[in-house]
Amino acid sequence: MSTSNSSSPTSLRNAVIRLAGNSQDGIQSIGGFLARLAGRTQKDVMTYMTIPSTISGGPSIFQVHLGSGEVLDPGDEADVLVSFYQHSYNAHFASIRDGGVCLYDSGEVTELKSERGIQNIGVPFTQATIEAIGGSARDRGKNMFVMGLLCAVYQLDKEKLVGIVSRQFGKKDESVLRNAMLAFDAGYAYPVGDLGTFEFEEGIHKDEHRLSTDGNTLMTMGLIAAGVRYGSAYPITPWSSIMETLRSELPKYGGIYVQAEDELAAVSMTIGAAFAGHLAVTGSSGPGLSLKMEALSYASMAEIPLIVINVQRGGPSTGLPTSVEQSDLLQAIYGSHGDAPRIVLSPKDVEDCFYIAIEAGRLAREYSCPVIILSDQAISSRIEAFTEPNLDEWWIEPELDISPRPEDFKPYPLDQITRHAPPGSKMLGGKYPTVTGLEHDEWGHPSGNAKMHQQMTDKRRNKLIALSKKLPLPEIHGDAEGDVLLVGWGCTYGPIKESINRLQAEGHKVGAIHLRNLHPLPAGLDTIFAKFKKVLVVEINDVGVYGYGQLAMILRASLADPKIESLCKTDGLTFRIREIVTAVEKTLAS
Amino acid sequence: MSTATATEPASDPAQEKLTKKILTADHPTWCPGCGDFAVLAAFYKVLEKLQYPHEKIVCVAGIGCSSRFPYFVNSHGIHFIHGRALPLATGVSLSRPDVHVFVFGGDGDGFSIGGNHLNHAARKNIRLTYVIMDNYVYGLTKKQTSPTSPQGFKSKTDPTGSIDRPINPMKQLLASGATFIARTHAAQVKHMMDTFERAILHDGFSVVECLSECVMFYNGSFDDSTPRKGGVYEVIDETQHDVGDDIAAFKLADLPSPGKFGVFYEVDRPSKNELEQRWIDSTQAKLAGKSQKDILRDRLAMMR
Repeated sequence: MSTSNSSSPTSLRNAVIRLAGNSQDGIQSIGGFLARLAGRTQKDVMTYMTIPSTISGGPSIFQVHLGSGEVLDPGDEADVLVSFYQHSYNAHFASIRDGGVCLYDSGEVTELKSERGIQNIGVPFTQATIEAIGGSARDRGKNMFVMGLLCAVYQLDKEKLVGIVSRQFGKKDESVLRNAMLAFDAGYAYPVGDLGTFEFEEGIHKDEHRLSTDGNTLMTMGLIAAGVRYGSAYPITPWSSIMETLRSELPKYGGIYVQAEDELAAVSMTIGAAFAGHLAVTGSSGPGLSLKMEALSYASMAEIPLIVINVQRGGPSTGLPTSVEQSDLLQAIYGSHGDAPRIVLSPKDVEDCFYIAIEAGRLAREYSCPVIILSDQAISSRIEAFTEPNLDEWWIEPELDISPRPEDFKPYPLDQITRHAPPGSKMLGGKYPTVTGLEHDEWGHPSGNAKMHQQMTDKRRNKLIALSKKLPLPEIHGDAEGDVLLVGWGCTYGPIKESINRLQAEGHKVGAIHLRNLHPLPAGLDTIFAKFKKVLVVEINDVGVYGYGQLAMILRASLADPKIESLCKTDGLTFRIREIVTAVEKTLAS
Repeated sequence: MSTATATEPASDPAQEKLTKKILTADHPTWCPGCGDFAVLAAFYKVLEKLQYPHEKIVCVAGIGCSSRFPYFVNSHGIHFIHGRALPLATGVSLSRPDVHVFVFGGDGDGFSIGGNHLNHAARKNIRLTYVIMDNYVYGLTKKQTSPTSPQGFKSKTDPTGSIDRPINPMKQLLASGATFIARTHAAQVKHMMDTFERAILHDGFSVVECLSECVMFYNGSFDDSTPRKGGVYEVIDETQHDVGDDIAAFKLADLPSPGKFGVFYEVDRPSKNELEQRWIDSTQAKLAGKSQKDILRDRLAMMR
């Protein structure tokens, strides 16, 4: 965006707006409204927010990256910063790009900086809101005033925006909507001086049915589509909103989601529902996943199908509960006692949360083992716009199979994947099965036999090997051969893709792959790696004692390829494009 | 109770009569003379009497000598991890209203490593029956102090005698909010069977502490309640004790060893199973028969 004094709006493709205030100011609401509007106006959007981990609130930001083309990151820097307070101004002025704009509450911000061609524009958010709504309003509603202001500056579709706001406030007291609209109109009409106006190019998305929501909400919808009707969990940030939504949604489908007394009970109740024949889900964030580990080893041993979601946050311990990190990969794959094979998946963005949940359900049932989904704080909380899933294609009807089992039924056959006979199934041979965590023979009898333990260990491992051979190789974004291949997982998907776009535009021969299947990995990755001089694994975790991040370590161990290197960080933030681009340029120069 | 839906027939007319022979699975791994044999025999007898459909019987256990129980009953069963039998059984009970859930375990599983789960399964009144075979010692791991070992008990972890105050199981259970609480004795087969049957027929969370001697590591532990060894087995007189009076039950629980046996407390309170079903019913009533796929479709459409 460039500033202009002309009366006709300046055309633009992208805009990054950062709203900085306190968490109680309702800046998340404005961000949410703008994101939803993007979905309804054929645009792409990605948001980014920080939340103080304290109850009473505190400084908070909400950043919205709107674009007429594909939006792959929340934006390295802001075109416009909206500062509600002096502390917001001071803390976030540096995030404005050279020549950008700062809109500030002139009643709150008094000390201004003048640098890098940034235009400071004071607007009395608080005073103007009070005047619009009336004396008793105090400063409530100034978020709506700011949204009106932004709607005018960016020539956004006012009618649709008002419709979204009305739907949101419509359930509340009539005066709430009236006051919100008074503030909005006042902001919309406020003369912003010499800023001028901007208009987005037409969006690339022509489909009518674009949705916009956050990753946790969409993950929940995916679980329901996958056939999940039961489960249990314990509250922990940033996982909690999935269990809250399951708790209120599942009764509609005849299901129950239980708030357990602790993480151990939560995973146990979920295994109970799975043993009873249902597709069930538990979930948590880092520390909670650690607490579930004993039961997860049981589920591997007893071959129980199960979905476990871990919305990763900064660790170890209580760590940074409201920041992003990808430091639970090794925990997810290897965190339990004993050799306990399980499947680990990770969604690449908000939209993918829907499909990864369905994939997890399918794999849990097909391979009769736990499937862990590694989401993260960034994906869980940010809003994106995406095409509405076609339920006719993806819906899985839950099925409880309690049909009579034949005389030769064995719960743990060595030559086939386990298919349990849940309670309620008549056993025509007269012998009823006991599901067990002790090593066992094919009929489930405890067995300390050395050969049997080896055979059963082979069985539990080999089904994952079979899966790895079935997995398609990931698509390569960018060049299929060249100097540097970037490898990512989870929330690094967008920033890596955008970095490749920029590096290619600069003339570099670079490509990228994104791994959704983290354990087992698809067989044959070495054929892709062979086409590049260097492989750089980008992940938000520590390089550790040996200099490699968690996925890089696994790739090096499994492929023994010395050209695999790591780009790691743990600053509680997702990767910025320039961080990746700089690292690749350095690698290219080395 | 273990029993699920009230509308379901108590027995399956097409089913061959459930006998001890049919219900017997692997031979128990318990030591000769172990009290748990009698508990198993009493359980077979009660199942013979109740004649539930064979495939609807589910036995759940954690870890410990007594927790081997599911292997010895020919029914659907699951042998889970230490201390978590109750939450696992909760998952079964809440998601399968058609089956009868029985949980077996010892004092370590119930009062120590799984102690917190007992409190919560009890207060939520989960529909299941839990038999705690209490032997006052850790037997599977060969004689360590248990949460019910009396002070002065010498074990490998307390060579000069246990110094910690033991749990009073009845008081613990009364405080937890369980709706059926009873105490019985493995050497009193008739009383044990009657108590199990009453527990099973109770609608909600029913728990029975069953003293069951470990002849290997705590021989003579229950002599004072074993008449043939000179002890006194005193059954609660329910004409004198109001089972709905929790204060009276607390007083009974405070009697010195060997105390009394029988039903300490029994009260009707809706189970979580029932309350969840009511919520499901009222939620679904508002949806006017919409298909599940359409419910989700409409929910997604709200994100437009």
